[in-house]
Amino acid sequence: MTAPATKPQAAPAALALADDALVLAQRLGEWAGHAPVLEEDVALANIALDLLGQARVLYTLLGDEDELAYLREERAFRNAQLVEQPNGDFAHTIARQLYFSTYHHLLHTQLATTPAPDAATEDTTAPDIRALAAKAAKETAYHREHAELWTLRLGDGTPESHHRMQRAIDTLWRYTGELFQDLDGLQLDLHTLESNWHTAITDTLTQATLTVPESPRTSAWTAGAGRQGLHTETFGRMLAEMQHLHRSHPGASW
Amino acid sequence: MATATVDHATAFDAAVAADERIEPRDWMPDAYRATLVRQIAQHAHSEIIGMQPEANWITRAPSLRRKAILIAKVQDEAGHGLYLYSAAETLGTSRDELLDKLHTGRQKYSSIFNYPTLTWADVGAIGWLVDGAAITNQVPLCRCSYGPYARAMVRICKEESFHQRQGYESLLALSRGTPAQHAMAQDAVDRWWWPSLMMFGPPDDASAHSAQSMAWKIKRHSNDDLRQRFVDICVPQAESLGLTLPDPDLVWNESRGHHDFGPIDWTEFQQVLKGNGPCNEQRITQRRTAHDEGAWVREAAAAHAAKHRSSTSNGSDSSGSGSGSTSQGEESA
Repeated sequence: MTAPATKPQAAPAALALADDALVLAQRLGEWAGHAPVLEEDVALANIALDLLGQARVLYTLLGDEDELAYLREERAFRNAQLVEQPNGDFAHTIARQLYFSTYHHLLHTQLATTPAPDAATEDTTAPDIRALAAKAAKETAYHREHAELWTLRLGDGTPESHHRMQRAIDTLWRYTGELFQDLDGLQLDLHTLESNWHTAITDTLTQATLTVPESPRTSAWTAGAGRQGLHTETFGRMLAEMQHLHRSHPGASW
Repeated sequence: MATATVDHATAFDAAVAADERIEPRDWMPDAYRATLVRQIAQHAHSEIIGMQPEANWITRAPSLRRKAILIAKVQDEAGHGLYLYSAAETLGTSRDELLDKLHTGRQKYSSIFNYPTLTWADVGAIGWLVDGAAITNQVPLCRCSYGPYARAMVRICKEESFHQRQGYESLLALSRGTPAQHAMAQDAVDRWWWPSLMMFGPPDDASAHSAQSMAWKIKRHSNDDLRQRFVDICVPQAESLGLTLPDPDLVWNESRGHHDFGPIDWTEFQQVLKGNGPCNEQRITQRRTAHDEGAWVREAAAAHAAKHRSSTSNGSDSSGSGSGSTSQGEESA
């Protein structure tokens, strides 16, 4: 019973981050061929590809990427509930992107620029996650800019787009609190992360003539739920679609 | 006036004869302009509609690697559509106008995209056969007499060749996989073979635009010549894939130095062109729905840009996508 690197158990943070990226990539992939302008078909696919690339690197740290993506059930996924939310209209997709990509960019920037506070307190995969963060910080900066620019256009566009954008911002607000909890095995300055996120979102929404929601950013159900494998109802259906073919051919390679 | 036109026409003919490129500001016959608008627009529309049958499998791709390849491909297709609409715009039309013609059925797109993708193997078959046929058609267009179109085709053909190899490689993985995967691959090839041959258009004796297009060097080879070239390329590829082509008449003809092949069902081709193929209605409805449901977004972008043009001196805001992203695409391992 020699124990080689028992990676999966040691890296819940990597799993959470990988699941975030995969699940959001899956949602964005649904947009292909449905976007309001061709440029957005390109941009949304581009962001999906970046995220899928990040997910694959992280899964590979933990084991077999396809086994992790296709053979786990709903309760084993650790993504935040925000990223599994349905695309809705374009405003919902952009609000989800704004909330998540701002978090994602700040998170990766922090991971890429601050040395691990104490190497002994981090898991073995943490240095690999930090190495990935340098590349991801560049990609997520683009994702964030894309979401911010569209938030401005929609918020400060027409009365209809303003209304739709505000509704999306309000609807998804309750899923944002979950983003700022500990990722096991990864030392993060969560306080700074959350406060920078809140400032950035407030700035963007204000500039977009939108109102920052006043309700709490968590509810009893959403607080930390996704990270514990408790998801919203649409998620199982999304996984069914994603995993169906792979599961129909056990052991096949593609 | 008449003399000037004659001079222009003489110069145009001489330029075409000398294999020079015609550029947007050059004089060109009205019919040459109209033919190019029609052809480039149809080409652009095909890229855009062609996203649908493949995008149909993005959420279900059976491995993360295949999913990434497929997303990158569909993204490239949107990009090709954008190049081609830009090339068409140099002829004095606009993307909006062309999209409107697509949405109202006044301009066509390639008949192949009216067939459904029923299994994962269809994605590989499209890469191998449909992209293969497109490349056979398009490589000569890199030498087309109209400069902007020729230059767009150079860029497009590079990416298409990459997709075609990936499609082939995907089918190969299936063919060498489990019996169920092999059967899935064979079934896909059986369904996509004939529609791919139809992509080269009607036979030479029934092709309305061919003679003039060849004289103008928009087209370099006849439909039947290109179709023959494609068949000759595919036969050995099918063999190395370990798959058969669904044509009992397909046989090497020593005296011609080409493969003979069976008759194409031109009735089916005409039906699909007329809008009666399996997915015509669905494809155009999805395209129109995306456009209509996106109207408020485009209006918002325009309104935002207008506000900020008037309130800032250098109005640098532009609608559309962000820039400078690095798509990592996908390595072809």
